[in-house]
Amino acid sequence: MAIYSIHESKIKKLEETANQIRQDIIKMLLAAGSGHSAGPLGMADVFTALYFHILNHNPKKPDWPDRDKLILSNGHICPVLYAVLARAGYFPIEELKTLRKFGSRLQGHPHRGSLPGIENSSGPVAYGAGLAVGMAIAAKMDEKKHQIYCIVGDGEQDEGMTWEAINMAGKWRLDNLTFIMDRNNIQIDGYTEDVMPKEPLRQKYEAFGWHVIDIDGNNIRQIVEACQQAEAIFEKPVMIIAHTIPGKGVDFMEGKFKWHGITPKPEEAREALHQLRTLGGKIKSEHE
Amino acid sequence: MNKYNQTLDKNFRDKEKLIQIPTRNGYGEGLVLAGKENPNVLVLCADLTESTRSIDFQKEFPKRFIECGIAEQNMMSMASGLALSGKIPFVSTYAVFSPGMNWGQIRVNVLQNNANVKIAGAHTGISVGPDGMSHQALEDIAILRCLPGIIILVPCDAIEARKAVLAAARCKGAVYLRFAREKTPVFTSEKTPFQIGKAEILKKGKDVTIIGCGPLLYEALLAAEKLEKKGIEAEVINNHTIKPLDEKTILASIKKTKVLVTIEEHQIMGGMGSAVVEMLAKKFPAPVEMIGVQDRFGESGEPEELMEKFKLTHPYIIKAVEKVLKRK
Repeated sequence: MAIYSIHESKIKKLEETANQIRQDIIKMLLAAGSGHSAGPLGMADVFTALYFHILNHNPKKPDWPDRDKLILSNGHICPVLYAVLARAGYFPIEELKTLRKFGSRLQGHPHRGSLPGIENSSGPVAYGAGLAVGMAIAAKMDEKKHQIYCIVGDGEQDEGMTWEAINMAGKWRLDNLTFIMDRNNIQIDGYTEDVMPKEPLRQKYEAFGWHVIDIDGNNIRQIVEACQQAEAIFEKPVMIIAHTIPGKGVDFMEGKFKWHGITPKPEEAREALHQLRTLGGKIKSEHE
Repeated sequence: MNKYNQTLDKNFRDKEKLIQIPTRNGYGEGLVLAGKENPNVLVLCADLTESTRSIDFQKEFPKRFIECGIAEQNMMSMASGLALSGKIPFVSTYAVFSPGMNWGQIRVNVLQNNANVKIAGAHTGISVGPDGMSHQALEDIAILRCLPGIIILVPCDAIEARKAVLAAARCKGAVYLRFAREKTPVFTSEKTPFQIGKAEILKKGKDVTIIGCGPLLYEALLAAEKLEKKGIEAEVINNHTIKPLDEKTILASIKKTKVLVTIEEHQIMGGMGSAVVEMLAKKFPAPVEMIGVQDRFGESGEPEELMEKFKLTHPYIIKAVEKVLKRK
């Protein structure tokens, strides 16, 4: 995959942004007092790579018709979307702390129309997949060149409607459509394979006519290169299975399904921010 | 004579002279007209292209027709994505499947996104006939009425169905259109007004209001004519728009007549009658009889046999009128 080059300095910069996004997420969740922790932290690298390197978008013109569109199918990880949208310039960063509060534009699950940059209302998982397929078909009909990205969870692979959408995308050979799956192996009731087996995901998607790319979803270079590769694939929709560590960046959250739907207490948030600022104690932070 | 809406078909009193066409045919015709009027109009269907009459559109605009397979949840989700991209998708299948199987997608993907999706529910009511209870949609209005932001239209004949499709295509926002399978009398005309949110008075009267929607309204007209002979002047209202309800027209009628009978080919719980009496309970409580399906599922049979068994024909409307008048 060496042909898809991204300069090391750019990767460093994106990693720093992702770290900032993770700190934003911790602060938002602490202020909100409810919400989801593991998913947003695990997907911080994917969202950072998308909004700061991959997506063709313009925060000053959120309704620009030729923008790339990002559909969120697992709406509960919205703190990471809100954080990247704010950092990208869609709305003031101070507003992040209003997450889930009365009167806030940052609803508990995203609502299109409440906040610039939100492409779809979501919450119940799996609803975004078919919507993204519809957008990709519309773009094909109109001979538009923009890309449709859809972020899905691994838990929502349980839903029948997921496979209806996947089937349709295969039928239409939607090469303007890229899904990125947060393959973090957890859902509310436990580890995904215990709740309901998902594997073999690669073979399932390939059987439905998709091109599948497995990556380390916490590795910026791999994320960027996979998205670039996806754009270059013709005649097939692409599923990037991003193997992520839920709660990534905070050692006591990493890999634990209990952090799926809860938020840190003040002392836990302090410890989480300390770890992020010092990269797990490896560097001494200027913020200390 | 001038008690009657002057735009009705001139033969409306004589069923034999009226042409009989299913309202779903009006859907097919309306789609083609809407498609000619606006290139953004698309039609989606879930393996029922012929019987929903989506086939008319498919023949005319094959590139704007999307076959979705038997996957109604995805069909609705895709429609929302198409609508958010500027298209005007008409989602077509039997009402027992849509909204019967994709209510969540209508709620979140269509309405919470404010997506301009038109939903066509075919094969509603017990007049679906031999297919039996599983295929007779009697709950579609109830499950959609409670959703904020949706417009609900129930055309009374094929001509009105065509007008409703065009009106739905021209208006912005989610619309549900309800159609029937069986041939029913075409008793309105090209001249009969149709405006979303505006109930149409088919016959004026001072003693009782009969308010209904869909092809059953023809039975209401027959009942009203027979009631005239008994000296009872019934006002007949075509309440084709169940949401938003035309409170003004309905209230004016009930304030005059003081009592009403509601008629619909739907469960009496949560349907058009419910919408009317909920409003009246707040603004002008009045004695009411509700004709519809009385909290049970349908069954197999010829449509006319079922209409009789479920007491939806004009003799039962007359009985309901006589009953409600005693409470005046």
